[in-house]
Amino acid sequence: MLLSVEELTVEAGGRRPILREVSLTVGRGEIVGLVGESGSGKSTIARSVLRLLPQRARVSGRVLVEGDDVLAMGPEALRGLRSSTVSMIYQDPRSSLNPVRRIGDFLTERMVHTLGRPKAQARATALELLAAVGMRDPEARLRQYPHELSGGMLQRVVVAAALAAGPSLLLADEATSALDVTTQAETLALLRRVQAERGLGMLFITHDLHLAAAFCDRVHVLYAGTIVESRPAKELFADPRHPYTQGLLACTPDLGDPRPIRPVPGRPPSLDDAFDGCPFAPRCPHATGRCESARPEPVTAGGGAAACHLLEP
Amino acid sequence: MARKLAGLAVTLLAASFVIFGASYAAPGDPVTFLAGGKENLTPEYLAAVRAQYHLDDPFLVQYGRWLGGAVSGDLGRSLQYNDQVADLLAARLPSTLALVGCTAVLFTVLGVGLGVLAAVRGGRVDAAVVAGTTLATSVPPFVVATALISLFGVRLGWFPVMGGGSLWHLTLPAVTLAVGALAVVSRVTRQSMIEQRELDHVTVARASGLSERLIVVRHVLRGALGPIVTMCGLVTAGMLAGTVIVEAAFGLNGVGSLLVNAINTHDFPVTQAVLLLMVTAYILVTTLVELVQPLIDPRARRPA
Repeated sequence: MLLSVEELTVEAGGRRPILREVSLTVGRGEIVGLVGESGSGKSTIARSVLRLLPQRARVSGRVLVEGDDVLAMGPEALRGLRSSTVSMIYQDPRSSLNPVRRIGDFLTERMVHTLGRPKAQARATALELLAAVGMRDPEARLRQYPHELSGGMLQRVVVAAALAAGPSLLLADEATSALDVTTQAETLALLRRVQAERGLGMLFITHDLHLAAAFCDRVHVLYAGTIVESRPAKELFADPRHPYTQGLLACTPDLGDPRPIRPVPGRPPSLDDAFDGCPFAPRCPHATGRCESARPEPVTAGGGAAACHLLEP
Repeated sequence: MARKLAGLAVTLLAASFVIFGASYAAPGDPVTFLAGGKENLTPEYLAAVRAQYHLDDPFLVQYGRWLGGAVSGDLGRSLQYNDQVADLLAARLPSTLALVGCTAVLFTVLGVGLGVLAAVRGGRVDAAVVAGTTLATSVPPFVVATALISLFGVRLGWFPVMGGGSLWHLTLPAVTLAVGALAVVSRVTRQSMIEQRELDHVTVARASGLSERLIVVRHVLRGALGPIVTMCGLVTAGMLAGTVIVEAAFGLNGVGSLLVNAINTHDFPVTQAVLLLMVTAYILVTTLVELVQPLIDPRARRPA
């Protein structure tokens, strides 16, 4: 398995952990979605794969990339992992690039300074990559500064840079959320194309369940730091089992469907909301007394699993 | 660019008016010095001196005459030395410029170095740098000068204690001046670095496996450069007018001691010329800093 997160728990001072016993896997050539509201811990999972967690965080569990535990490896191995095995694409391309350095510097930095390739070769690779992500006139782009390009173009640059070292795993953390709809579609098509061409594993993080269901092979739904439902994308979309997933799907209006929009009641839990039972119980329309007191374990449901007392036999 | 130059000219003009007006309004009458001794203080003689030096003209006429001269390079004659003011300045300026130059190099290298150290190491190193530079800056320069002279000049005999002319002579005075600027430069560097370090693109660089040293040099310090350059420029500009005490302590014949002497003897032409020179130097340095900013940050460049 390319990426295997096992029982990952991350605590950073709140009354409940940011992540609680999260397990998930990403295989080669597979796109795995990770969906949740803001504050649900999606980004923390991505960051822990690169061990970019805050210093005060207490971490337990294992994060295996190609069999090596990221959380336990030495500094040299960690730099090797960051530079050549795993690449991350971030939400806001404009803040991902150093505003005072040229696009060319951004693209070649990793190749020259961490992989030790000659400058000329790095430049040639950068040109190839820019062409591969569909940028016109790559020569001119290399000399430009980030503020001279649009958000969509910058995200292409970020994708190109992520591919620079030939990684096997891509982490896309809300990679299209800050873009407008047309550039979003272009970027998604680009991600899909490079993923398929290079047989990459991808962890696709988004708050948009519809997008995840359309784009991914499997989807994990995250709520308050725990995975509440893990299903193949199509089945999750057609037949959500967990009340939270059902609520998320009911939030979005549908053309030709006269149902009124029903937002999930209540507010997303903060790090100061601690739960004895199911974290979703306070907002769940079907909650019973047992939901408040006992934490549900994942049970097999529709080709995957969901953690809900209502689904227990 | 043309606008910048015009702004520069207007600022200089306003400064010249204030300078001339201030020395005109200052208490004391230069005539009493010009007259020489007490035995000369007869009304007729004083009137003659006034007429000779055009001191009885209305204020604006005097200002106009002085400004006209200053623009064409004639700053007048010193009332005390009876030399051309321009010659006096030319004789004093090099040693002050050399002193300020040495000091600028010292406090830039040490201040930025300490600031980077504090920002990168944090914890105890950070606290030590902040406390140390604050202490160093809060000691008045004449105390620092005296301490340096007694230790390195007299006890150890490593450096000369008086006079100028060589880098060796300038070391102690430059250290004295630089000590006063260390706190502000290191603090600005530290703060600017800490702000830059929190930015997303630094995390992105870290996530790409870049070593911590390269992250600091290529991204954090590079991004922090704007405020650091501005602050170093301002401190240097301010120093051009603040060398008086150090020049006195180390017996340097610079512009600062010329100014104090001129003020004490009501030598108006010299006072005005030195003040005008200081204002000009200040404006030049700050303009230079402004012109350098677009080189540091491409976003400040105007679209071609």
